Amino acid sequence: MTTEVQLSSLYQQVILEHYRHPKNKGDLEEATVTIFMENPTCGDEIRLQLRVEEDRIADARFVGSGCSISQASVSMMTQLLKGKELSEADALAKRFTELMHGDESAGKDRSLKDLRALQGVSKFPVRIKCALLGFDALEEALKRTRAGDTEEE
Amino acid sequence: MTRPEQAGAPPRTESSPDRDARSPAGPPDAPLDVQALRRDFPALHQDVNGHPLAYLDNAATTQKPRAVLDALMGFYEADNANVHRGIHELSRRATEAYEGARDRVAEWIGAPGGREELIWTRGTTESINLVAASWGGANLSEGDEIVLTEMEHHSNLVPWQLVAQRTGARLRYVELDDDGRLRLEQLPELLNARTRLVAMTHVSNALGTINPVREVADLVREHGALLLVDGAQGAAHHPVDIGALGCDFYAFSGHKLMGPTGIGALWARKELLEAMPPYQGGGEMIRVVERDASTWAALPHKFEAGTPNIAGAVGMAAAVEYLDGVGPARVLRHEQSLVGYALERLAEFADIRIFGPSDPGERSGVVSFALDSAHPHDIATILDTEGVAIRAGHHCAQLVMRRYGVSATSRASFYLYNTREEVDRLVDGLGTVRTIFGPGEGS
Repeated sequence: MTTEVQLSSLYQQVILEHYRHPKNKGDLEEATVTIFMENPTCGDEIRLQLRVEEDRIADARFVGSGCSISQASVSMMTQLLKGKELSEADALAKRFTELMHGDESAGKDRSLKDLRALQGVSKFPVRIKCALLGFDALEEALKRTRAGDTEEE
Repeated sequence: MTRPEQAGAPPRTESSPDRDARSPAGPPDAPLDVQALRRDFPALHQDVNGHPLAYLDNAATTQKPRAVLDALMGFYEADNANVHRGIHELSRRATEAYEGARDRVAEWIGAPGGREELIWTRGTTESINLVAASWGGANLSEGDEIVLTEMEHHSNLVPWQLVAQRTGARLRYVELDDDGRLRLEQLPELLNARTRLVAMTHVSNALGTINPVREVADLVREHGALLLVDGAQGAAHHPVDIGALGCDFYAFSGHKLMGPTGIGALWARKELLEAMPPYQGGGEMIRVVERDASTWAALPHKFEAGTPNIAGAVGMAAAVEYLDGVGPARVLRHEQSLVGYALERLAEFADIRIFGPSDPGERSGVVSFALDSAHPHDIATILDTEGVAIRAGHHCAQLVMRRYGVSATSRASFYLYNTREEVDRLVDGLGTVRTIFGPGEGS
C-alpha cells in the first residue's frame, strides 16, 4: 500500500467530519461518573462523562482537545454508548481495541458503525493510542461505576 | 571548497583562534558544503515511507557522523576494558581514551579550570539533577529563592521543584514575551538577598530563542547568586566559551551534538565542585572506605560513581572533534539561514502561527508552529508519510505551551546537514495537510 493510499484511509471524511463537528461535546448534567484522561506524551486530553441508570448508559458526553484521531474517536464512541448496557459497552471497547490491533474482521463489524472508519489507524502504530484515548476513559468509567467509586478525580 | 577525500572526522585541529580558518570545511565565514557533510552521515541516506528521509528533528536528537560511529566501534573492538586502577594494557588504553575524551571536551568549551571541572554524566538532565541534589541539598534552606524561566525544558524545572520541596526553597519565574524572548527586565526585580541560584536555558528547545547568557550572568553575579545554564541546545548549535558566558554551571548532552545517547557533561567552577558533597556513592568516587564513613576521590572522579559510560565519552569527544572541525559558528549561521528561509516559506500559510523570535538572528535552528486547521500530531503523521521527520507535542516545555495557549506545537529543527530543499519538502507536506484538513479560519 502506498503512503498516499494509507493517508486517505487514515483521514476519511467521516473522521474529519467528527473532528470538525464533534457529537455530544459539552458538559453532561447529572453525570454519574466523570473521567479525565490524558496522553502525557502528547497532551491530548478528554473528560468523559456518563449517566448510568440501572446498568444502562442513559447519556454520554465529553469535552477535550487533541488530534483528529483522538477527538473523532471519542465523538463516535459517545454516539454509540447511549442506551447501551454496561456489558455491551465492554464488548464495544473490546471490539474496537481489536480493530486497532489489526483484526480485520472487526472492520466489518456493523456494531462499530462510524468507528470502523478508524481502521486505517491500525497501519499507523504510533497513532493507535490516540484512537484508544476515549476508550481508556470508558474502561475506567465502567470500572468505577461497577465498584461504586464514582467520585471525580 | 574541498573536504577530505575520506568521509570521516576532519583532521584534528589544534586549539587556536584561527582554527576554523584551517579546518577542511573552509574559513569561518564560508557557507557549509552541506552535500559533502551529508556524506558523513549514514542514517541520512535512506528512504522513509517511499521518500528520501528529511530529518528535521534535530532538537530531539541528532544523527551521527561516521567518525563517531567509528570511534565507538573502534573502542569496543580494540580498547574495551574498565577504566582506572587497571594494570593491564587494555585498561591503560581505555583509561587513556576516557580521560583523553574529557580533556578534549573540557578544552572545547574552554573550561577555565581544565579537566577537573568536567564531570561526565548521562546527559543534561543528570547534570542538572546533580547540581540540584548536591549543591542544592547542601546550600538551600527555607525561604531561599531559585529563579527559573518559563522557557525551561522540564529537565531544568523538575529537579528544582524536587529540591525546593525538600528544602523549603521558593521558585520564582522570569516570564516570556509575545515574541518568545525572556522578559529580562523582570530579572532585577526577582533577584534579592535570598536568591541563591538562577537556572536558565542557553537556547530554547521549543522556540529556538538564544538567550543573552553573559548579560544575565553579570546581573546574577552582582546579586551574589549563581547561574546554571542548560546547554542541551546551546553546545550543539552555538559556539560555547565558558569564560565568555560567565556562568557557574553549564550542563550539556552528547547526543544533541552528534554524539551517542547516554553521555553528557556538567561543567562547574572548581571551587564549587570542591565544596559540593558527592551526588551518588559507589566505586570510582572514593579515596578510602571504612565501616562508617569514606573519603572522596579528587575531582572530577568524586562525582562519577560506578563504571562510567566509557565508550560514550569516547564517542562524544569524537562528535566534538567533528563539530569543531566544521566550526560551531558556521553551523549556527547555516541553521539561521534555514530558519530565515523556513519563516519566509511558512508565511505562505495564512492561518499559521509561528512561535519564537521573528528575527532568525535571535534563534538557533528551531521553528515551532501551529495551524488552525490541523493538530500537530496530524501534521507530523502526514509529513512522515512523505519522509519528513518533525516533532509534535509539548517538547517537554509545558510552561511554554501554556504561555502561548496551546497544548502542542509542530516543531521542525535543523542541523548542519539540512538543506533548503528539505525546508521546501516541509512546506510541500503542509500543502498535503491543507488538502486533507482544508484551510483554517485565518485564510
